[in-house]
Amino acid sequence: MLRSSSREQGPLWRDPTFRALLVQGILLLALGAFIVMVVSNTMANLEARGITTGFGFLQDRAGFSIPQTLIEYSGDSTYARTFLVGLLNTLLVSAMGIVAATLIGFAVGIARLSPNWLLARLATAYVEIFRNIPLLVQILFWYFAVLQALPSPRDSHSLFEAIFLNVRGVVLPDPQPLTGFAATPWALLVAVIATWGLVRFAKRRQARTGRPLPVFKLGALLLIGLPAVVFVATGMPLEWSIPELKGFNFQGGVTVLPELMALWLALSIYTASFIAEIVRSGIQSVPQGQVEAAKALSLPGGIILRKVVIPQAMRVIVPQLTSQHLNLIKNSSLATAIGYPDLVAVFAGTALNVTGQAIEIVAMTMAVYLLINLVVSLLMNLYNARTLLKER
Amino acid sequence: MVDTNTVTEMVAARRPPDLRRGMVGWLRANLFNTPLNGAVTIVTAVLLAMLLWPALQWAVIQADWLGNSREACSGEGACWVFISARFESIVYGFYPEAARWRVDLVFLLMAVLVAWLVIPRLPAKRWVGLFAMVAFPVIAFFLLVGGAFGLEHVPTGNWGGVMLTLTIATVGIVGSLPIGVVLALGRRSQMPLVRGFCVVFIEFWRGVPLITVLFMASVMLPLFVPTQVEFDKLLRALVGIMFFWSAYMAEVVRGGLQAVPSGQEEAAKAMGMGYWQRMGLIVLPQALKLVIPGIVNTFIALFKDTSLVLIIGLFDLLAIIRSGLTDSDWLGFATEGYVFAALVFWVFCFSMSRYSQHIERRLHTGHRN
Repeated sequence: MLRSSSREQGPLWRDPTFRALLVQGILLLALGAFIVMVVSNTMANLEARGITTGFGFLQDRAGFSIPQTLIEYSGDSTYARTFLVGLLNTLLVSAMGIVAATLIGFAVGIARLSPNWLLARLATAYVEIFRNIPLLVQILFWYFAVLQALPSPRDSHSLFEAIFLNVRGVVLPDPQPLTGFAATPWALLVAVIATWGLVRFAKRRQARTGRPLPVFKLGALLLIGLPAVVFVATGMPLEWSIPELKGFNFQGGVTVLPELMALWLALSIYTASFIAEIVRSGIQSVPQGQVEAAKALSLPGGIILRKVVIPQAMRVIVPQLTSQHLNLIKNSSLATAIGYPDLVAVFAGTALNVTGQAIEIVAMTMAVYLLINLVVSLLMNLYNARTLLKER
Repeated sequence: MVDTNTVTEMVAARRPPDLRRGMVGWLRANLFNTPLNGAVTIVTAVLLAMLLWPALQWAVIQADWLGNSREACSGEGACWVFISARFESIVYGFYPEAARWRVDLVFLLMAVLVAWLVIPRLPAKRWVGLFAMVAFPVIAFFLLVGGAFGLEHVPTGNWGGVMLTLTIATVGIVGSLPIGVVLALGRRSQMPLVRGFCVVFIEFWRGVPLITVLFMASVMLPLFVPTQVEFDKLLRALVGIMFFWSAYMAEVVRGGLQAVPSGQEEAAKAMGMGYWQRMGLIVLPQALKLVIPGIVNTFIALFKDTSLVLIIGLFDLLAIIRSGLTDSDWLGFATEGYVFAALVFWVFCFSMSRYSQHIERRLHTGHRN
């Protein structure tokens, strides 16, 4: 039987294809109208305030100084340079925070599974206390209540007369490379490449012959030994600049700002409480049968941990760990509350207030974080694809 | 002949050895089962005592609690006078004294609603929930802002303290959940334009820090609207917070939507249900139930992040305390101030996380693999 009558198809507005087109058309129109409205309003507002648009301001002289710069910077530098200095400061505190948070997080997460009741409870208390207090409160606490309460440079706490702790920060001995030092980092690079080759070779050899190589010991020897030998052979071209109290302040050495210390402490401690939970759930996600099967094969405890538990736990841990690392990078923007000169504080803060280029500056700042997010997500997808359970 | 080796009665069970029972047994099993564990226990206990005892002495034993100036403090321990002397402003901010009963009323109403929703035995959850999501915000708005029904208008610039923190948190929670649900549904839509829009929207907010969102709300939003329109500072922050957290909420809800078996929706389709009927009656109730812990975790994160508004110059709980610390009469009480702020936030967040764990256990209707 032929079905051709339009009455059986129902009215047009009940047709799914038509409805989809209609909904999307409305969305497109609304979006378009919204964008046109925002752009025209913005243009009118900018004109009224006499602000020129565009990124030309990046080439202008910034005219303010920044307390911590990893690259050459002065008041004469351009806004583009300001952006770079802020970005590097953000990356510095993020990198420091990621390393510390991961170490503390793994330690606490493993401690939560300890058979020792007291240790496990202590780790639980750590997690419950620090993840339920806002990061900003923790940053302000470390900065104003702890680091600002330290003594003045004259009465610094000192460690071995080389490291000093006072209200202006931590003063550390500063290594000064002399001529010929460049050989040592090169030796380290060679050692890293050689170790990588060694690991590959050992893996293939074990697959072929069944005999393992002491990779860990050989690798450690290579990584520490080769640079050390080169360092000594070139005549130890490194000098330490030891900080000394001269008048009211320290001369020599390198000073770690209290802002950096406070931010680093708070970020690491806060993020570690989340990482600890991830590590705990990751380890607990490995089925008990896996460990029992490995024991039945009479594998030694260390091998069970390294070859059975950790690889399976890591599959659960790594994606969540990465998202915590991304959170840490984003949270480092709270630096602006205590005046650590990160990207948001110097660029979206000071530079914005001086130039008034709100749109360009906020857009650039957001783009940086979006880009970091995007790159890490891509890497994460690659990792996931590699470690995916290969089900047969 | 009597077999002397036969036992004809049950032998009473003997007590286990003393070392396996009670306190001693527990200690041996949990703290001193191996020499290494014993050493760990002792070191941990000593470190803990070294940390806790001075903290306790400072915070409780030698602390001063009441008074109205810093002279009331002996200086031995914590000076909680700093908090108690400005308790009013910590709770109400700069809200005019004559109108504070309105804030109290909103607090009371909120407490009743929350208690009603949390205590399982109380009836009519659905209606109370609907009231809390729809009617309560309207009532609270008129009570807090005023300017109608004979209530005096209180500009949002006077809001502050705990009251502002709770306002931002509540608006954020009530606003971000529905937007998040819509975004999550949009992300699973068959329509490419809708899906694309939702993906870009979600990933954008999730990729940037909240600080930059607040900056954007405070410096860029005024540029986007016609000059005549005055955008309230608090409202701008609220819009930013709502969009930011709705993206996170959307991802949580999406997790729940993916966990509902597709047969559920297909069955609903076979019954002739339309899209909104399928979603509203079949899929979403199951999906949301699955992700309640995730939703509460997002609430907790949102609550903690309300403290960020201090950076754009709103006076929430933390900002009030911080401004109190710069008062020249009260210099040097940073520790007391921040410990108190931490405690308040901690109590809220910890109870929320406990509640989420409780609900997770209660809703776990036997699907444990």
